[in-house]
Amino acid sequence: MHACHECDALQRPVPLQSGGMARCWRCGAVLYRRRRHGLDATVALTLAAAILFGLGNVFPLVGLDMQGQTRATSLWGAVATLWDQDVPLLAALVFATTLALPAFDLAAMLWLLLPLALGRRPIGGALVLRGLLAIKPWGMVEVFMLGVLVALVKLAHVATVVPGVALWSFGALILLMAAAAASFDADLAWSRLAAVSRPTS
Amino acid sequence: MKGSLLSVPTAAAAGLARCRACGQLSRLPAPTSDGAAACPRCGTVLHLRQPASVARTWAYLSAAAVLYVPANVLPVMRSGSLFGVQEDTILSGVVFLWHDGSWFLAALVFVASIVVPLAKLLVLAFLLLGVQWRSAWRPQWRTRLYRIIEYLGRWSMLDIYVVTLLAALIQVQSLASIQAGPGAVAFGAVVVLTMLASQSFDPRLIWDAAAAAPATARPPASAQASR
Repeated sequence: MHACHECDALQRPVPLQSGGMARCWRCGAVLYRRRRHGLDATVALTLAAAILFGLGNVFPLVGLDMQGQTRATSLWGAVATLWDQDVPLLAALVFATTLALPAFDLAAMLWLLLPLALGRRPIGGALVLRGLLAIKPWGMVEVFMLGVLVALVKLAHVATVVPGVALWSFGALILLMAAAAASFDADLAWSRLAAVSRPTS
Repeated sequence: MKGSLLSVPTAAAAGLARCRACGQLSRLPAPTSDGAAACPRCGTVLHLRQPASVARTWAYLSAAAVLYVPANVLPVMRSGSLFGVQEDTILSGVVFLWHDGSWFLAALVFVASIVVPLAKLLVLAFLLLGVQWRSAWRPQWRTRLYRIIEYLGRWSMLDIYVVTLLAALIQVQSLASIQAGPGAVAFGAVVVLTMLASQSFDPRLIWDAAAAAPATARPPASAQASR
């Protein structure tokens, strides 16, 4: 039996074809999906996203050419500026939502899915997966990118905007993270985790 | 139709708790025991409903409502240049974009920074009152409303990131500089608090309240497959 997470109605699970999803008959919430690809696709997408995330944090995001003076900033530099401007709460919020939590998200995904893909047991599996699901809503890289675009449009009038390497990596990153999130089957991860954790005696 | 939607077997009525983390259904040892049982699959503490959902949601929501005022009145951004200091609130930032001819961006920022946070406050208050007044009015529609609000909440952070980036880029020593203002801190707090509020609200309470009458025994229906 399956209980809807939004209205608690009990219902029998139905078999799904690949790419399909099951909705609660009472309130219409999406109960579960059947992904086209297994966890392997999620591993591949997450690995690629992790590489881009690394690049995006090493290189400058955007530069500004203003009357001969150039100034470029990275994501980390932007957080540091807020910190220096005595708005530590804001700096902490931006740091958490664009750097720390997305980094944790990617690391936790790999920590879980790489061993599972090899049929091994990830250390602290259930705890990591719970933490991962809890922090997912707080990683906001895609909102940040939209913010960058708005800021660049505002600045385009007063100065020449020089897009940095990180801008392109983040652009690709949000696509990959979205694809990884869409391909990630938490139900499948839970059952695989339960399967590998079972004592083999 | 209304009766058939409300008097269906629920997990709670059957003494089953759905794990918040992994979705596994398990039987609670005793219907009234609180917090002692853990999910056999993942170890998360089991509850029939999120504990103190209504009280917690009201608490986050009222804190957010209070901070909504400074978030909109105080400047989110202070721009200093040779010609003086200009302070921008969220709304004046939108007006600037509008006059600038960037209508699409103006509309985008207006929706993300002003409409969505306000809608979240109003909708969550509406949902909470519906639960407390045991309303049976369109539970399906109210659940959908909750789903939309839950999805949109994060996009309100947009303006915070715009200010962050402008502050980082416009630092030409004494010529021009942009600083994040106190309004931005309040605004960030509003976004975080409304997200916490919508996370602590349990939409199943809408259905519990609507189905005030005891559930009649019916054969459980099947989930609907689409596509």
